[in-house]
Amino acid sequence: MFKSSFAPVPNMVTSRIERLVATASEIILGKEYEWRLALSCLLARGHLLIEDVPGTGKTTLAHTFASLLGLQFQRIQFTSDLLPADILGVSVFERESATFRFRPGPVFAQLILADEINRATPKTQSALLEAMEERQVTSDGQTMPLPEPFFVIATQNPSHQIGTFPLPESQLDRFLLRIRLGYPDRAAERTLLKGQDRRILLENIEPVMSPAELLALQNTARTIIVSEHLINYAQALLAATRQSTEFFIGLSPRAGLGLIAAARAWALIEGRDHVLPEDVQRIFPYLAGHRLRLVSDGHMPGPDDLARLLQSVAVT
Amino acid sequence: MGIKGLSAYLPNALFRNRVPAERAAALSLHRDQGVWLLAAAALTLVPHLPQLPAWSIALCTALLIWRSWRFWHGKAAPPRWVLPPLVLAVAVGIRLDLGQFFGKTPGLIFLAALLCLKLLEIRNMRDIRVVVLLCFFLQFGLFFNDQSMSAAALALVALLVTLGSQIALADPSSSTRERLKTGAALLALGVPFMLALFLLFPRIPPLWGIPTDTVASTGLSDSMSPGSISELILSDELAFAVEFDGPLPAPADRYWRGPVLSQFDGRIWRMAARLPKELPAYTPSGRRFDYRIMLEPHQKHFVPTLDYPAGPVEGVRFSLDFQTLTQHPVSYRRQFTFSAFPDTEVGLQEYQYPAMLDLARRLPIEGNPRARALAAELKTRTPQQTVGRILGWFSEGQFTYTLQPPKLGEDSIDSFLFDTRAGFCEHFAEAFVFLARAANIPARVVTGYQGGHVNPINGTISVRQSDAHAWAEVWYAKRGWVRVDPTALVAPMRIEQGLEGALDRGLPFMLRPENAWFRKARDGWEAVAIRWNRLVIAYDGNRQRDLLKSFGLDVFSPSKALGVVSIATALLMVAFYGWAQLRRNDGRIDRLDKAWARFSARLAPLGLARAPAEGPLDYARRLASSRPADADDLTLICTRYARLRYRLPPLRAEVDALARIIDTFSFKPSV
Repeated sequence: MFKSSFAPVPNMVTSRIERLVATASEIILGKEYEWRLALSCLLARGHLLIEDVPGTGKTTLAHTFASLLGLQFQRIQFTSDLLPADILGVSVFERESATFRFRPGPVFAQLILADEINRATPKTQSALLEAMEERQVTSDGQTMPLPEPFFVIATQNPSHQIGTFPLPESQLDRFLLRIRLGYPDRAAERTLLKGQDRRILLENIEPVMSPAELLALQNTARTIIVSEHLINYAQALLAATRQSTEFFIGLSPRAGLGLIAAARAWALIEGRDHVLPEDVQRIFPYLAGHRLRLVSDGHMPGPDDLARLLQSVAVT
Repeated sequence: MGIKGLSAYLPNALFRNRVPAERAAALSLHRDQGVWLLAAAALTLVPHLPQLPAWSIALCTALLIWRSWRFWHGKAAPPRWVLPPLVLAVAVGIRLDLGQFFGKTPGLIFLAALLCLKLLEIRNMRDIRVVVLLCFFLQFGLFFNDQSMSAAALALVALLVTLGSQIALADPSSSTRERLKTGAALLALGVPFMLALFLLFPRIPPLWGIPTDTVASTGLSDSMSPGSISELILSDELAFAVEFDGPLPAPADRYWRGPVLSQFDGRIWRMAARLPKELPAYTPSGRRFDYRIMLEPHQKHFVPTLDYPAGPVEGVRFSLDFQTLTQHPVSYRRQFTFSAFPDTEVGLQEYQYPAMLDLARRLPIEGNPRARALAAELKTRTPQQTVGRILGWFSEGQFTYTLQPPKLGEDSIDSFLFDTRAGFCEHFAEAFVFLARAANIPARVVTGYQGGHVNPINGTISVRQSDAHAWAEVWYAKRGWVRVDPTALVAPMRIEQGLEGALDRGLPFMLRPENAWFRKARDGWEAVAIRWNRLVIAYDGNRQRDLLKSFGLDVFSPSKALGVVSIATALLMVAFYGWAQLRRNDGRIDRLDKAWARFSARLAPLGLARAPAEGPLDYARRLASSRPADADDLTLICTRYARLRYRLPPLRAEVDALARIIDTFSFKPSV
């Protein structure tokens, strides 16, 4: 990545982020860009959707996050018979005290890997998505906050596979970014095949940061400067999605907010204290991809479609 | 330039909330940032050197050198245990050297040492913040001791570099020139606030009279013994400066009256008890000279005045022996305005104060028998004639005027009059007064200054300690007090031309003829310094009140004055804010955009025009890979543009600087 030398973000913040990226790239080979996107998503307090065929390292990515950041980790394997209570928790009657007591479900963790989210029924999906959005769980009229930081990485198999309930657009909007991991390139795959099992590597990993420091970093990300000119550019991009004849519906204001937040986080990772149009451009395909539908075939736009859109909007 | 734009240059250090999570981790300073901080600290300390004892100067220098060495070798702070013993050592040093911890000097020594120690232990932003604030405070503290223009200039230089060091911290890539320029811009922004505070902030006398340490100061004292003035005149220090409205009095009339010494114990002359009044004890008449005097602090009450001042004058009172006295010792540079009436007959009412005449006749019962015998021999019918004979005896007596008089015997006056016959003004004055008193004529010694150097540049007279003089006054019935200067008989050149005319050997450095060029330079400097003194130092509570009155504000209480100054600064803030808002959209944006477009246009012939959707850093990367020879220049331009455009509203100067680079850079021939 291009590093600007004039970054007045405190040295230690940048150095810590660099360490985070460097350590992660030892485990997830050849996926630095995707890792940076995932980290931006986390720093922007969004949730991440990973869409890919099984075996491309989705779980490893989530594990790496949890280990490097020292987060409490829970994995929820979604299946067609999973019920909302299996995720959120359930109230059980306690004989001794003769009262109902809430047993928190796996959602009460700092990092949740919701594996194969599109295998569960819409009812169960929406239970998780509501918890993600509200950052709290309500059961029997009792409201319990979820831990901080709270980060959900959901994985989804390509929707044409059998036995899936594709997430509706409104639910997809809850995920700040959607990335694909894809197959590693030749060199990375070679190293992967020759090297140690990723799981053993993961066990030996030392956290780079504490959850408290991660929270502080999330706060720093919010202070990254967004100039009037950048807002102009972001607005122009949003307007382009709405005016384009290629898409059914343009990006929502919520998507716009997410774009700015994610671009800020990206700039922070780049070690800058201000957002450049490049940051927006890096983030945009992963933010817009799952939120737009092509008029031509009703599918989500591919990288080429989004690149064309970016090309059409002048940087101000 | 907008206020917002400037805030980009204040270090994040000053805005805590900007930099969370900075606490624990070590901070690595670039070498040049360290150099700037060190320079700021050193420049802050330099003007304090005259106030600091040698051991503390040595300690601070050693600490700064140590720090520079560590910076240079990229080492972090030394272990923590190093510092407490050093602090303790400083405290012990202060205690041993000064005997106390309270007061300005101990405070300054301590702060100076702490500044160096803090520099040494820089670990994080907070430490740097403390260093910077300490620098500011010490620059301010300079004025406790010295409010001269040179002190202000030195403090200003230190302030500029301290601001520069903050810019270095906020923006490591800025050049030295930019740092100084932005620092100067920040200073310039502060000027209106400084003026408002200077003009309007209430002067509360007890606070404003800066606490005085018990310092020895050069100047005339309240008593005189043989040799006391000849010691003083070796000092080249300025005693006071005078500005006349209108013509100057003749050199022979420039007698500046200081302490009047009436009591004599056989060895030492002392002042009589003073009972100062609002008005002088005479009616001024005759020629009139108006002048302002800028008196250097001398820790005494007297104000040297040209004979004879008219009253009342604010801030001073007049004693019966025609001294002009302040209520408190003069501990800071003060300005007074007087009118002198040299032809006034004074002392005509002295019959009302027989004790005073009595005192002026009194001699010790014993001692100096030969002088007494001489007085009896010279005494004739009228006092005037007796005085004439005494003076005649002086002028015929083969006396020598010298700065190095031989040692005098037990009866100093006898010894001078009959044995050594060589002396300085005080010897002549006291011998004359002794003879007059021995002849029963009321007489007294007057000390003060005579002459002074007329500055050819602005016509002011500077009077130095080397102009100190002693003369005599005798009292005749129906004529009053008359000045008699026996030195004038022995060495008339002293009165007409000053010391350099009267002595040819052993002159102080500045008075030697071969150093005339030096005196010329000094004249120039003093002319400026006097203006400074008049405009800045002499601006006190009274002049402030006059100024406010001229605006129709009659402000007497400090709280009201505080109200005025708050309103004024608030108005200034609003004005600045409005100005910044107005300037935000005044075309700077277009200038930057135009410059950026020109950049792309210059590259277009090479096939490297910027694509509309291309961001500045992407463009930089593309340019760098297509033209490796120019990569540095091109990348610099792009990154600068990116910073100006997408950070905070840019300063006009920065935009102009970038535009200049864009228009002037040249491509290197591709290899």
